[in-house]
Amino acid sequence: MSRKVLGALVRSEARLALRDPGTTLFAVGLPVVLVVILGCVPSFREHSADLGGARVIDLYLPITIVMVVALLGLSLAPGALARYREKGVLKRLATTPASPASLLAAQGAVIAILAVLVAALLHVVGAAAFRVPAPEQPVGYVLALLLTIATLIALGLLIAAVAPSSGVANGIGVGLFYPLMFFAGLWVPREAMPRVLVDIGDATPLGAAVGALQDSMSGSWPGLVHVGVMVAYIVLCGLGAARWFRWM
Amino acid sequence: MAGSGSTAIEVAGLEKQYGDREVLRGVSFSVRQGEIFGVLGPNGAGKTTTVEIIEGLRRQDRGTVRVLGLDPWADRRALTPQLGVQLQESELPGRMTVDEALALQAAFYDAPVDTAALRDELGLAEVRRTRFGKLSGGQRQRLSLALALVGDPRVAVLDELTTGVDPHGRRDVWDLVERIRDRGVTILLVTHLLEEAERLCDRVAVLDAGRIVALDTPAALARAAEGTSTIRFRPSTPIDDSLLTAIPEVASVTHTGPTVRVTGTGELVHAVVVVLARHQIVAQDLRIEQATLDDAYLSLTSSPAPEPRDAGENTPQAKAPAKASAQGSTAGRKTRRS
Repeated sequence: MSRKVLGALVRSEARLALRDPGTTLFAVGLPVVLVVILGCVPSFREHSADLGGARVIDLYLPITIVMVVALLGLSLAPGALARYREKGVLKRLATTPASPASLLAAQGAVIAILAVLVAALLHVVGAAAFRVPAPEQPVGYVLALLLTIATLIALGLLIAAVAPSSGVANGIGVGLFYPLMFFAGLWVPREAMPRVLVDIGDATPLGAAVGALQDSMSGSWPGLVHVGVMVAYIVLCGLGAARWFRWM
Repeated sequence: MAGSGSTAIEVAGLEKQYGDREVLRGVSFSVRQGEIFGVLGPNGAGKTTTVEIIEGLRRQDRGTVRVLGLDPWADRRALTPQLGVQLQESELPGRMTVDEALALQAAFYDAPVDTAALRDELGLAEVRRTRFGKLSGGQRQRLSLALALVGDPRVAVLDELTTGVDPHGRRDVWDLVERIRDRGVTILLVTHLLEEAERLCDRVAVLDAGRIVALDTPAALARAAEGTSTIRFRPSTPIDDSLLTAIPEVASVTHTGPTVRVTGTGELVHAVVVVLARHQIVAQDLRIEQATLDDAYLSLTSSPAPEPRDAGENTPQAKAPAKASAQGSTAGRKTRRS
């Protein structure tokens, strides 16, 4: 696919995403509000012995970023792609020199750009308001974030591929969001989870994502297990999506 | 397609099956360059499957397709820049405006047409900044036609061109299609509107149950359908039927009050008027009724599958189709050629 076509599709998809109040509300507004609320609880700004000396607000910044990526990749993208198929958008593209695959690529690019921007915004808000430190291993952190984004895009594509309708795609996406976010530590941070739940979480895409991000926050490279788990999800979901995705 | 530069679309022996259902059972036709070629037929006849194979969206089980000498499935990359497609029921994202949709489509092609001129020509100027979700059915349809033409195609496949377009807008769209043809674009038109086919098409293929049951000019099809025309007139003096029945072209003579109705074939009007003149009879209120494409269509295609609740024989006659519905015909008129 040519760069001109991909560029035009990315601009178009970005414009449409920003026009969707759902995207701005859930992917930008909600996480900022969440970080601000957590940061305003005094005890969450204190180092806690229960969490191995970490502050709640420091732990929740990566969790919130993973939540943003999950919202984009699981709740918004599969439904949108399935709707494109239902409405014949992908089919029409298949009759032009632009292939429907380039529209999927453009959606992925928009999700990735949006996720990176919101992650940066959250770090700025967290650092300015609550002195959340910058990642001590920034290269590892960026790598972990990109892997997280790729994992969720692959998962979202697989959902859009197997779901017979946009309603089902939405349902699967939202249905997966809650259990996967549990293992990411949205309700109980991984640091406060029993060992067995952390081990299970390490095998889930979002558990591995938060693990990799938090390791980089505290100065080490993302662990091989976390990276390996995410790469495995990217490969398996990507192959499944490529195998089952229908344009019409 | 060895060097036949005058053929734009060549379809031979097309067969397609979905599961157990045979959708196409050997469809063959060829479309000359610069021609407007119509595909007519009831729902489920295989029209859309045929054009989707021509567009490279589906692959036939058997048979060959060449569009501009290319295989639409295997040579998609070479064909799509030269092909413009208007799909039936294809929507755009609801938040995309008319101008954005046209600009995006133009980015797909190396040498697109002037999208602003095309937009204005299709009467979309005043909604250029309107989002797709807010457009009327007719505006959506015209935008969808515009998108098919943005790439300045050599072949355009238009499926249900004027569905949802009001009669006034319909005429504008037809005018545009004729102007596009005048530029040398070959047009394959899928329609269920007989008026549209009569007005636009150079030739029409009537598809029924996966087969082509007729292929000719709309006028020839209409003639072949009934093989007859009908004239009605009020003779200035009473007339002896035998004068009329003696004319070779006349098939039948009937009276309704003072009006005489004569059916027949060939140069019927001329033959009748000559005989009347010879006997110093003037035909007053003379009316000539030509068989229309409607008649051809109804006699060629089978009736649609009955609704699940219809018991078949109990179907009231009132459910027989209205003239322009084109959905089918009464069983009694069913004749099929194979």
